[in-house]
Amino acid sequence: MAKATRPPLNWLALFKESGVAALIALGLSIVMFGLRTVDQQGGLGVQTRWSWVVFAVVSVFIGRLVLAIYRETRQPPHTPSGTQDSEQNRFAEFVRKISKVVAPLLIIFAIALPFLPFSSRYIIDVATLVLTYIMLGWGLNIVVGLAGLLDLGYVAFYAVGAYSYALLAYYFDFSFWICLPLAGIFAATFGIILGFPVLRLRGDYLAIVTLGFGEIIRVVLINWYTFTGGPDGLSSIPRPSFFGLPFSRRVPEDSETFHTFFGLDYSSMHRIIFLYFLILALALITNFFTLRMRKLPLGRAWEALREDETACRSLGINPTNTKLSAFAIGAGFAGFAGSFFATRQGFISPESFTFIESAVILAIVVLGGMGSQLGVVIASILLIGGTELFRGLEEFRMITFGGLMVAVMVWKPRGLLAHRDPTLRLHAPSHTPESHKSNT
Amino acid sequence: MSNMPNPPATMLSISGVHTYYGNIEALKGIDVEVNHGEIVTLIGANGAGKTTLLMTVCGTPQAARGHITFEGKDITRMPTHEIVTKGIAQSPEGRRIFPGMTVFENIQMGAMSCDPEYFDQDYARVTELFPILKERQNQRAGTLSGGEQQMLAIGRAMMSRPRLLLLDEPSLGLAPLIVKQIFEVIAEINQTDHVTVMLVEQNAYHALKLAHRGYVLVNGKIAMSGPGNELLERPEIRAAYLEGGR
Repeated sequence: MAKATRPPLNWLALFKESGVAALIALGLSIVMFGLRTVDQQGGLGVQTRWSWVVFAVVSVFIGRLVLAIYRETRQPPHTPSGTQDSEQNRFAEFVRKISKVVAPLLIIFAIALPFLPFSSRYIIDVATLVLTYIMLGWGLNIVVGLAGLLDLGYVAFYAVGAYSYALLAYYFDFSFWICLPLAGIFAATFGIILGFPVLRLRGDYLAIVTLGFGEIIRVVLINWYTFTGGPDGLSSIPRPSFFGLPFSRRVPEDSETFHTFFGLDYSSMHRIIFLYFLILALALITNFFTLRMRKLPLGRAWEALREDETACRSLGINPTNTKLSAFAIGAGFAGFAGSFFATRQGFISPESFTFIESAVILAIVVLGGMGSQLGVVIASILLIGGTELFRGLEEFRMITFGGLMVAVMVWKPRGLLAHRDPTLRLHAPSHTPESHKSNT
Repeated sequence: MSNMPNPPATMLSISGVHTYYGNIEALKGIDVEVNHGEIVTLIGANGAGKTTLLMTVCGTPQAARGHITFEGKDITRMPTHEIVTKGIAQSPEGRRIFPGMTVFENIQMGAMSCDPEYFDQDYARVTELFPILKERQNQRAGTLSGGEQQMLAIGRAMMSRPRLLLLDEPSLGLAPLIVKQIFEVIAEINQTDHVTVMLVEQNAYHALKLAHRGYVLVNGKIAMSGPGNELLERPEIRAAYLEGGR
């Protein structure tokens, strides 16, 4: 196809656009950056930081200009849908090939990480945090990516999982390994409780109700002081044991600890590494479960539900059960992650389960490309690992978070790996499928 | 299409059905019967209630009054997903394929509610009816042309081994040549696979030529009914739906 000759750049319009953006930045930054209250003798004083304002305005102007030039020069504005699609297919094919290699490599790397020479306690801690978000992202991917139910209150199930473990351990002295499945079951039950009232809702309305649900859980946790400890949270949550062997320096009488059992010297790293492997295993279970589900009728029904609910119904799929199962399973994984979080931190409070957590998890799923498992991994590493990496920047850290989001949305508006991999490919057209028997 | 099927036993019976959208009465007491082995068509202008009637058979929306029985069982109050497992398949208005899934996955979705044992056999039959679907089986359904999407919608409906197939405007927005091809397949499905067909159409000429019997819907009521070729001859039908509309 002949490439349409591009009209020359309209610099006036570009400058005007950037100027408007800079003006908005000016209005915002005067209040947010320019004026700052400081403690002074005899009350509060105002300090000005005009250099910051100048910096913000200039960077917004240049950023917007670069963005606009990029947008204008990238492509002729309307590519015929056919070529766009084949381009997408080629990209999808490429990603599919790559991910066949990358996914096992990533898993091997993740397993080897604690034993690599450069790994330190800090690196393992960050990796554990990233893996927690990967697991949450994969769990939410079931609800949002596969079933297409926009859930803004996912953190509620994370909270339910964390508090189930903490409270069960506190009131009944249950061990982590008993509480883990229970926490998942509790969270899944809450998923169904949320699912019932929202069965008829879609899109924006569903998002609002789930958002409200997330807040209800948090507010209940804050206010039910006698049961949950309210804003004080719950502390001294028992640490997990290695199948009954605790990770403690002091060896209790007539029993063994991890290091005495294996004849090692005591090291505080043992528990850190153990926690890392625990979340790695939990995350991988989530992943394999999702991959398997996609090939089963229920998983297929989730995807069909995302694409067209009316058509689903006319094909004999029960939308009620399908939606509830997506909510319940997604919530269950958040529950597992929650109880892991509780045992790792040893302390939880409602502070850890605010709306921003839901937003971050959703951002991971959306930026990764809805429904893409590898996309969630990349997005988690970028968003969580990235912001962790820039911790040295202190208060500017969140700017890198925002910048990353803007960059991804400009460059890949449908997410990093936005394509759907068919669950099954037929090779030659004459070949009759065999695998469906186990599938349907 | 003059030979009527041997026993005109009623398969689907719709009697005195009223359906409302909120306060609007879309169907005002409809009586329609579909016999085993027939092709029955519903024709009428926009907003006459054709699609509503088809949807009411499927249970969304449910009839406020009246009864719908299928093979002797009352299905008036059944939820949609149960009705479809009783042997009724529907190719809804606007095709409603799953655009992000491949053609083959779409076809698999059609077989969700029935025994996987028949899958190979049924898939072979559907691709025999629509060879293009086999060529396109790994392609995303959203990239198909309108005609191919309609074929996919019918093929998907056939995968549930229906005894009654409900088709809502299969000719909508398609080129005349494709319409002809699709109507030929509908006749084939009816004769060879012994599937009873209830067809909603704007394209009155093709529909009446194909159908054994037809019903004309006007403002939520049945205005006329009779064998297809007879209706085609009626001057009022010709005036309202054929001349100028063809």
